[in-house]
Amino acid sequence: MIDFLTLLQVLDSSLRLATPLLLVCLAGLFSERAGIFDIGLEGKLLAAAFVSAAFAAITGSVWLGLLAGILASIMLSLLHGLASITLRGDQIISGVAINFLAAGLTVVVAQDLFGQGGRTPPLKSGGRFEPINFPGATSSKGINDAGPLMQLYSELFSGHSLLVYVALLTVPLSWFILYKTRYGLRLRAVGENPAAVDTAGISVVGLRYSAVIIGGVLCGIAGAYIATSLQANFTKDMSAGRGFIALAALIFAKWRPWYALSACLLFGFFFAVDTRFQNILLPAWSLSGFLILIALGLLSYVWRKDYLDKVVLGGLALGISTIAIMIVFSVWNTGASSQIKIPVVFIQSLPYVLTVVVLAGFVGKAIPPRAGGQPYVKER
Amino acid sequence: MDIMPRWVDIIIVPLLSLFLAAFLSALLIIAIGESPIAALNLMIEGTLLRSAGWGYMLYYTTNFIFTGLAVSVAFHAALFNIGGEGQAMIGGLGVALVCLFIPWPHWTLAIVGASVGAALFGMIWAGLPAYLQAKRGSHIVITTIMFNFIAAGVLNFFLVDVLKPKGSMDPASANFPSTTHLPTFQDLASLFGFEKAFRSAPANVSFFIALLACVAVWYLIWRSPLGYEIRALGKSGPAARYAGVRPVKIIMIAMMISGALCGMMAINTTQGESERLILNFTEGAGFIGIAVALMGRSHPLGVLLAALLFGFLYQGGAELALWTKIPRELIVVIQALVILFTGALSLMVRAPLERFFMSLQKAKE
Repeated sequence: MIDFLTLLQVLDSSLRLATPLLLVCLAGLFSERAGIFDIGLEGKLLAAAFVSAAFAAITGSVWLGLLAGILASIMLSLLHGLASITLRGDQIISGVAINFLAAGLTVVVAQDLFGQGGRTPPLKSGGRFEPINFPGATSSKGINDAGPLMQLYSELFSGHSLLVYVALLTVPLSWFILYKTRYGLRLRAVGENPAAVDTAGISVVGLRYSAVIIGGVLCGIAGAYIATSLQANFTKDMSAGRGFIALAALIFAKWRPWYALSACLLFGFFFAVDTRFQNILLPAWSLSGFLILIALGLLSYVWRKDYLDKVVLGGLALGISTIAIMIVFSVWNTGASSQIKIPVVFIQSLPYVLTVVVLAGFVGKAIPPRAGGQPYVKER
Repeated sequence: MDIMPRWVDIIIVPLLSLFLAAFLSALLIIAIGESPIAALNLMIEGTLLRSAGWGYMLYYTTNFIFTGLAVSVAFHAALFNIGGEGQAMIGGLGVALVCLFIPWPHWTLAIVGASVGAALFGMIWAGLPAYLQAKRGSHIVITTIMFNFIAAGVLNFFLVDVLKPKGSMDPASANFPSTTHLPTFQDLASLFGFEKAFRSAPANVSFFIALLACVAVWYLIWRSPLGYEIRALGKSGPAARYAGVRPVKIIMIAMMISGALCGMMAINTTQGESERLILNFTEGAGFIGIAVALMGRSHPLGVLLAALLFGFLYQGGAELALWTKIPRELIVVIQALVILFTGALSLMVRAPLERFFMSLQKAKE
């Protein structure tokens, strides 16, 4: 078994890894609640990471970096707004284009400015967000001898960079804005039924632009966080699919701020486990039993469904039970208490698999805002 | 819709979008401190004036034809298949299993077997999101994105834990047996006595399969009842349903054809070029398919031309990275701009043209 301190360390890094996810997830929340799908979160995150690292490296000030990162992200948001709100283009295509634009431009500009193969130089102390130590927290040397409460306080609560606390504060703030203010009510309405909002004499275009700009600000902070706090420079493609994971978390959270916090913490936990432990061992018999149960569940579900359901879900059940049987075979000789190593890639894929399960609606259906993805054409 | 003549819609609009993308890229090249004219010359020299350059270009083109066609078929059914990358990865797995575990006597048989394997695996990988869209209403864009990541995990697992030969360090399968190796353009040219042509270029016979796929997709979409149903569903769901088209069936079929085409990209990269299964062999081709399909207006001929263009850009970009300080990622920027202008900002490109033709019409009256 792992001890309490190790658990705290894993939770600590879960929180750190969840922070960019959370900010980007809330960015997507505002945008999608207003009816604008945003596949381009990844691109905005990447662009903000680069611009903030570049500004912090050149000026030596992390605050200027943060500001520049936010501005860069807002610029891309406005491009997305221009394409999908003003010109009523396809929101998905616009997002895809923004992702590529960021992936290409960051490397081209980084190579031109710094000549280090698409990286920025390592940031010096003024160019980074330093961890904030709470009063009375023990340093990392004394942590082993401290009591459990002190360990909890020093390891988990204290010692994060400012942006982690900012991200945690944006959750209640977003909740308050969305559910307790007039603006939030209108924002949610514009994602469900823009025509009704328009009839009430409120600008659909204005509301939607404001939503994508809020999204831009949040993505900007997230980008600055990964380049100036999580790491201390920009590297090529450093967003590493976080924008898409945040999108997954958003669906997992069913477009709600507090759920988004738990979804992001859960996904952050997966990543922390994945980086901390190389070999994850699970009891083989219970695992295959669990898989067989899932397969049986699928089979009982499709029993009275039509042909297509039987083929697809039956095939899935067959695949899952094959894996279960293979696990049993591999431990046949080693007794009942044998354990099997779970490849790390499966832990990495878990957020995506869970999201697909939620999307499929077998476990709590996720219903997106009704007007999402459709440009609003004013009736003439 | 009828304001502009058809040829403007088909030819001028994509060309104008391309021109805008090229113009912005030229500005970027100037900002870096290089000359856009010299860069273009270098790209042409390294691609079109050498047979090896053609060999590389057509190799990339083959990938982009497959993925471009795949995205197009899905577009016709009003579905956005953003999961070409994952379908190609799983297709590569199919190719590897077929080539490694079936003793093929000759490459002509192996390529048929590998195509079937690739198409089948890609089909299954696209079939699950299609099923979720058709029966459960889960948004296909999100599910296919998720399936890209899951595919990367599956490929990684197979390469690291299953297919990697004992004692080998890099995550790749064993080399395929030599009877499955596809003849390259160099081999074909030496048959006709040109030993020096296409030297060491990776283009191979799967290019011709890609051309066949173009014809097949053209026939499917515009000449077959199934294609009619796909297009009807894409144009208007309720109308198609009223006419007796079954949306669930058509969504499934369109996506599975799309996945099969993406998977078949792997015969070019995996069986044709690397001759073993490696990580990252797709190199983003699944996403470039989106740009190719948009630029080619979802028509097989347009897709072929757009794939040639992107093949040229990819090979040219490699030349630029080799000889100048313009990094390869410039091509990604161009690709983004093409997607932006042909897809998302198309109204911006079309509106002035429409106004121009409107004024022409008025002048006539």
